[in-house]
Amino acid sequence: MWKLFHQFGSPPHFYRLAGYLIPWFGAAALILILVATYGGLVLAPADYQQGDGFRIIYVHVPSASMSLFAYTLMATAAGIGLIWRIKLAHAVAAAAAPIGASFTFLALATGSIWGKPMWGTWWAWDARLTSELILLFLFLGYMSLRAANDDTGKADRASGLLAVVGVVNVPIIHYSVEWWNSLHQGATIMKLGKPAITGDMLWPLLMMIAGFGCYFATVLMIRTRSQVLQRERNTHWLKEV
Amino acid sequence: MSGPLSGFGVVLARDLRLAFRRPGEMANPVLFFILITAIFPLGLSPEPELLRTVAPGILWGAALLSSLLALDLLFKSDYEDGSLEQLVLSGHSLPVMVLAKTLAHWMVSGLPLVLIAPLLASALYLPAEAWGTLMLGLLLGTPTLSLLGAMGAALTTGLGTGSALLSLLVLPLATPILIFGARGVDLAVQGMDPVGPLYLLAAILFLALSLLPLAIATAVRISLD
Repeated sequence: MWKLFHQFGSPPHFYRLAGYLIPWFGAAALILILVATYGGLVLAPADYQQGDGFRIIYVHVPSASMSLFAYTLMATAAGIGLIWRIKLAHAVAAAAAPIGASFTFLALATGSIWGKPMWGTWWAWDARLTSELILLFLFLGYMSLRAANDDTGKADRASGLLAVVGVVNVPIIHYSVEWWNSLHQGATIMKLGKPAITGDMLWPLLMMIAGFGCYFATVLMIRTRSQVLQRERNTHWLKEV
Repeated sequence: MSGPLSGFGVVLARDLRLAFRRPGEMANPVLFFILITAIFPLGLSPEPELLRTVAPGILWGAALLSSLLALDLLFKSDYEDGSLEQLVLSGHSLPVMVLAKTLAHWMVSGLPLVLIAPLLASALYLPAEAWGTLMLGLLLGTPTLSLLGAMGAALTTGLGTGSALLSLLVLPLATPILIFGARGVDLAVQGMDPVGPLYLLAAILFLALSLLPLAIATAVRISLD
């Protein structure tokens, strides 16, 4: 098992493997997102309450779930990098942060656009919106700490530690915000209940989430490859590639 | 004297003595606390009804910001004159010693906030029944803020980026403290039992006490590389 671990942690091996996988994941992402878009925008019936407005769910929910996934993945990679001193893991974490921040921003923006016609306001201090906003700041803090360190190795470990501390804190933040919100406003805003979503609305959503996941994997591999290129720029194996 | 706790008392006494030699710096967080609290009535309105409603949030927000203010200095001078390196090389347990430093820092920057809070609370027309909750909440919450801040300070020491980055790192992590702290005072104002948020603050404090010294020590080691 350790051999596998070391092999996967080796930059040349990863570089080749990722180069091989990127087209496959990219194609899967494209197909899944196209089919899910058709399913979501054309095949799925309009919502009885929200009409066609609900269709933004097909962007909002996948990006929100990807933002959380990206943070978890970033913190896990950073933790692996800190504990076993694997540089590739740090490269993955560094590559994941901007993608995660973009997904978080997308989730906030679509949530806001969705909120305007449905709740009548661009922004509500809804528990999920607020924790998403804090998540965005966690990503931004991670990225600025990384940018402030000139030395890559130091930047890796400093920002990695922050990500690990952050991931312990994320559930606490989430529940505190939820609790704060339920006591504060509860009834003032008509909240979207959790309607039992019908099958023909659900499958495009699940497919879209899978498509976003494949897209995330594709971009992550491309970005990690360029991180590897940057970090290993003085090594022999790169000259051979 | 040896054992895992040796060095704790020494570092604590040293940091406290250093702090007391610079009384001006020590007064800063308290002055900042008073000033922020004074800004809100000026910006909102002097109306007692309104101030009483927003007082828990203002007091807790002001405490959060003022405890951030002094953090810059926590490791800075030790980093510059090399004594931080000596601490790491001394062979004593680093987490214990950074805990001592953080405790010393809290005693000069957090504890005064707890003590002066009732004065500011009365200025914002907060009913006297809620003062105890406010003080107890601050007593449980400000050490966590100091610990979180110490981690941020250790990560940013030696970067020369100023305190803006430090705030960006620490404030998102500190939101639960603000929420539970202000919530407890709010409940006390409304005459309800504030014990729930206080328990949560205590729970977070013990979690922070057990895990964050390790993170701070790691951050110090990273900064010194």
